[in-house]
Amino acid sequence: MIVKAVISIIAYLVLAPLVGGLLAGLERKLSAKMQRRVGPPVLQPFYDVFKLFEKEKMAPTRFQDFYVLIFVVFVIASGLLFFAGGDLLLVIFTLTIATAFLIVAAYSSNSPYAEVGAERELLAMMAYEPMVLLTAIGFYMYHGSFNVRDILASDTMCLLPMLGIFVGWIFILTLKFRKSPFDLSMSHHAHQELVRGLTTEFVGRTMGLIEISHWYENVFLLGFVFLFFANGTAWGWVIGIVVAILTYFVEVFIDNTFARMKWQFAFKASWIIAIVLGMVNIFVLYLCY
Amino acid sequence: MSAYVTKSPWVVHYDGSSCNGCDIEVLACLTPMYDVERFGIINCGNPKHADVFLVTGSVNEQNKGIVKQIYEQMPEPKVVVAVGICACSGGIFKDCYNVLGGVDQVIPVDAYVPGCAARPEAIIDAVVKGLGVLQAKRDAMLEQKPAEEAPAEEAVEETAEAVEEVKEEGGEE
Ligand code: SF4
Repeated sequence: MIVKAVISIIAYLVLAPLVGGLLAGLERKLSAKMQRRVGPPVLQPFYDVFKLFEKEKMAPTRFQDFYVLIFVVFVIASGLLFFAGGDLLLVIFTLTIATAFLIVAAYSSNSPYAEVGAERELLAMMAYEPMVLLTAIGFYMYHGSFNVRDILASDTMCLLPMLGIFVGWIFILTLKFRKSPFDLSMSHHAHQELVRGLTTEFVGRTMGLIEISHWYENVFLLGFVFLFFANGTAWGWVIGIVVAILTYFVEVFIDNTFARMKWQFAFKASWIIAIVLGMVNIFVLYLCY
Repeated sequence: MSAYVTKSPWVVHYDGSSCNGCDIEVLACLTPMYDVERFGIINCGNPKHADVFLVTGSVNEQNKGIVKQIYEQMPEPKVVVAVGICACSGGIFKDCYNVLGGVDQVIPVDAYVPGCAARPEAIIDAVVKGLGVLQAKRDAMLEQKPAEEAPAEEAVEETAEAVEEVKEEGGEE
């Protein structure tokens, strides 16, 4: 058991940034193809991050980089807890703390653009948090445990009984990945009314660290998608991984076909989804299991 | 070793007192027709993330502070490209009472793109030339000494070849 956990922790630490970076590269290629462009090389996100590490150090306050460091540590820690088979609630709250520190880092710069970005990120958190919690509760109601280890060990696939929660989770992934229509706080595209929003004041290696932790975060959020398919057999693993990767590209597709919405819409839509799909599904689980 | 900065030059674009002609051409570089993202070039709109500063139009009394500020906010290594004859020398607006002249009146410029309006091919060419300067500045940063005037010859040649290829490809269509 412990050996298994250690192996998956090491695999996560090494592979997650590679997979996350590759997914980001494929994403940019796919976006380019959708716009009938050639697009950058698939390894471009890695070049970008290496470049950021080559840049001069610069920060508006000396605390900013410290907060960002805490953000990075907590993002990686939440992934570690997840892949080591830990408690889903702990994973979720660790990730929440990480995001909170990113927001504090943005506020600490005192820059108007970063502040607006930070405020929008807070609103986004408020929008997706209920569904995240309902997802964890759903897993508990079906499997009788919050532990990822136990969920993986179960011999039934929980996709169908948790279909509503699955759809809700996919919906809030758009918020979590900060993709259009919900790329409120920052964006990789040329929406420049906020300059770069949340990340406006992060320079050079600080920005590089943030990119890397987004790769970690993306991989482990896709890990949640995988959990819906795990049923203890090899087929469950294959289907889970394929669907998780497909999910990412569906998000890219949505990203490219929608304009940015206002935060009010993001808020209403995700709460309605959480209440209708999430709550009803939980109620059904309560009646049946 | 070639620095990664030459593989992922992010651009910030500032419109001085241009007639907007050159701005449209800068934006044309981002369209599917020219698609500069295949060189890793992104228009990031944030001086703190940018490596290349594209200025269109001349500097005047009102915007010289802004141009300086954007330049100072960019972390090293960085290059400045003056796009269009207005940005090079003041161009048609040179004799206006409030115009100071080209961008090099307030900040050091590394590449000049003549033309009114500058053609997208020429702008891409200039940015790619600027990569040689970026490389030289990066090397200088590593050696902890001020950047030399002349950009690393090799890098310029290499990138010039790349541009030639692109031009040929464009010509075939
Ligand atoms: S060079 Fe010509 S097109 Fe460009 S800004 Fe000046 S006048 Fe306009």
